[in-house]
Amino acid sequence: MATNPQEWREETVRVAGTDLTLLQSGTGQPVLVLHEELGHPGWLRWHAELARNHTVILPLHPGFGKSPRVEWVRGIRDLAGFYARVLRERNLRPVDVIGFSMGGWLAAEMAACDAAQFRRMVLVAPTGIKPSQGEIMDLFTVTARAYLDASVHDVQNTPEFAKLYGGEQTPEQFEAWEDARAETARLAWQPYMHNPSLGPLLEGVVGLPTLLIWGKQDKVVPVSVAEVFKKSIPGAQLVVLDNCGHRPEVEKQAEFTQQLQRFLA
Amino acid sequence: MHIMSFSERAYIYVPEDEIIKNGSSYFGVPNTYFDPQKGSKLLNEYLDERVYAEELGFDGVMLNEHHQTPFCMGSVMDVEAAILARITKKVKIVLLGNPLPVGDPLRLAEELAMIDMISGGRLVPGWVRGAGSEQIANNINPAFNRERFNEAHDFVIQAWTKPGPWRYEGKHYHYRFVNPWVLPLQKPHPQIWIPGLISPETVIWCAQHRYPYVALATALEPTVEMVNLYADVAAQMGYQAGPENFGYLQNVCVAETEEKARELAKGFVFGGGFGAFARAEWMFPPGYNSKEATKRLAKAFTDPRTGTEIIRYTQGAVDVEEVKRSIEKNFQSTLENGLIIAGTPKTVLARIRFMLETLRPGIFGIWYHHGPMTAEERRTCLRLLGQEVLPAMREMAKELDLPGPYEQKPGIRPLPASGKRDPVVGIATAA
Repeated sequence: MATNPQEWREETVRVAGTDLTLLQSGTGQPVLVLHEELGHPGWLRWHAELARNHTVILPLHPGFGKSPRVEWVRGIRDLAGFYARVLRERNLRPVDVIGFSMGGWLAAEMAACDAAQFRRMVLVAPTGIKPSQGEIMDLFTVTARAYLDASVHDVQNTPEFAKLYGGEQTPEQFEAWEDARAETARLAWQPYMHNPSLGPLLEGVVGLPTLLIWGKQDKVVPVSVAEVFKKSIPGAQLVVLDNCGHRPEVEKQAEFTQQLQRFLA
Repeated sequence: MHIMSFSERAYIYVPEDEIIKNGSSYFGVPNTYFDPQKGSKLLNEYLDERVYAEELGFDGVMLNEHHQTPFCMGSVMDVEAAILARITKKVKIVLLGNPLPVGDPLRLAEELAMIDMISGGRLVPGWVRGAGSEQIANNINPAFNRERFNEAHDFVIQAWTKPGPWRYEGKHYHYRFVNPWVLPLQKPHPQIWIPGLISPETVIWCAQHRYPYVALATALEPTVEMVNLYADVAAQMGYQAGPENFGYLQNVCVAETEEKARELAKGFVFGGGFGAFARAEWMFPPGYNSKEATKRLAKAFTDPRTGTEIIRYTQGAVDVEEVKRSIEKNFQSTLENGLIIAGTPKTVLARIRFMLETLRPGIFGIWYHHGPMTAEERRTCLRLLGQEVLPAMREMAKELDLPGPYEQKPGIRPLPASGKRDPVVGIATAA
């Protein structure tokens, strides 16, 4: 999974009534990273660069392979409650947070419920709100591979993506994706990948500096969703990257990291 | 032996090329190809064929259910069953099966009770998880498929047997008020048979519940394994499994001549047949498979039932002619390995006998039609089966001692005094 195993360490902690596997790296202000619906893709360049001046804390969500399923978690709001408990028990409140895709939805649910959990919030092409135009791509009627392929605008010129997902699929990869897809189905089958009450609840959030990052050519979560988030969260900044799909952290890694460092400075 | 007729109520006018172009998948072919005039005529013909099967002496008429697919128009099987309950007189109405996870179990308990009452106690309910594509067609979370199946099963049995009114709060189902004023005529409830595609988890569950297990046109070798698995679990439960615990559904096409039978039997592989039921991403929606089944899949990357590659499928241009050549090749091999039996009554009986000797089932379903067979060809097939094949099969069943579940109650045979179970399958010899 890792490009360089020495860059990060893995530990399993007893928290919120379960065993949760955490990947950690770096020193400095802690940043909580909430991974996407197909699981943690691996330790990428942006993780490494952020870890130079931050402590990156990346939990593997319950049910996504390493961390066991938590039976009572049956929706993203349940999972948001779970992580609220994790932050409380680990004395991490308030923390900076970055959420990707479904992980972004998760962060937004946490903020909607209790914005004081976070210092600053970065949402990278989050799901969670029904697009005004277009649809969120359905993970459940395509193969994991097809979903991944659709997540990058220009596969040819995105070497890190090819490194992650190129070549023949291994049995381990297949199993990990199926675990992730199954747990995502438990969390987000219907309404698909969104919660109708999230928009109205976010409207009450004040005093939480928020950065939204989106690829202009995102085929998974249409960029029209960005406007709803921007309107709901007062003062939220929106950065839309051109020639970029659903994975700006991979496809436009340099700009992405630059935006992150600027915002979290 | 319980012998029953079966066919999917296929919409036979779907163009084969459209199935192939859809990635060799019936599921997902646009319904713009559906003509309600033709569909209406077909649905009535199919009902009439069940009445005809009764006249010909079949013990049961088996129905099944699929959704949103030309593979089977019987998307609400209970509607057909309710009609048959009234217009037939003595056949068992065998429903294999209602997909438990996708519906409302209280409503199902009521529907089935009504069918049992109207038919005068001739209902055989059977329950399934439903194929992967059924979860998508009904928008039911596949990750809870097994849990919903188990909970719905337990609920229906309770709704039929526990005096109401009572309140039910489960994990997936919730009812303020359970007090159905329609209950099955058969007491404590009708026999339940479980059909399947030899998933070990289901086979074990069946043996634990003492429900007969009916394998649906599955390959012989793994079916034998599953029969043995069932019998092992039965022995652990303290009973000896016998023919009354097992059923098999067999593709059989009979005509006046060998050539005609073979030509008609091609309908079983129309568009790819069973293997073209639904594309991999619809057959294996998220969480539908158990962890163990996912591991098995990951090892092979192929659908164990059809051998279809499940990973590298990409939508796009399909070489229809090439697919048709592979369907033809597949047809020849299914004739050779006996998955499809085609011929005159005389020739098909040899292979049927081999199947009865090998699997020793007490329930035998004859799947007599799929694909573009005319009404007349279907009736001829049924007539020949009824007049010439059935009587010979009954003799064989007697000779081989294969009681059905209405001759020998399933799940009460004692184990031999040694405590070790007797064999349940015959020794396979060449047909």
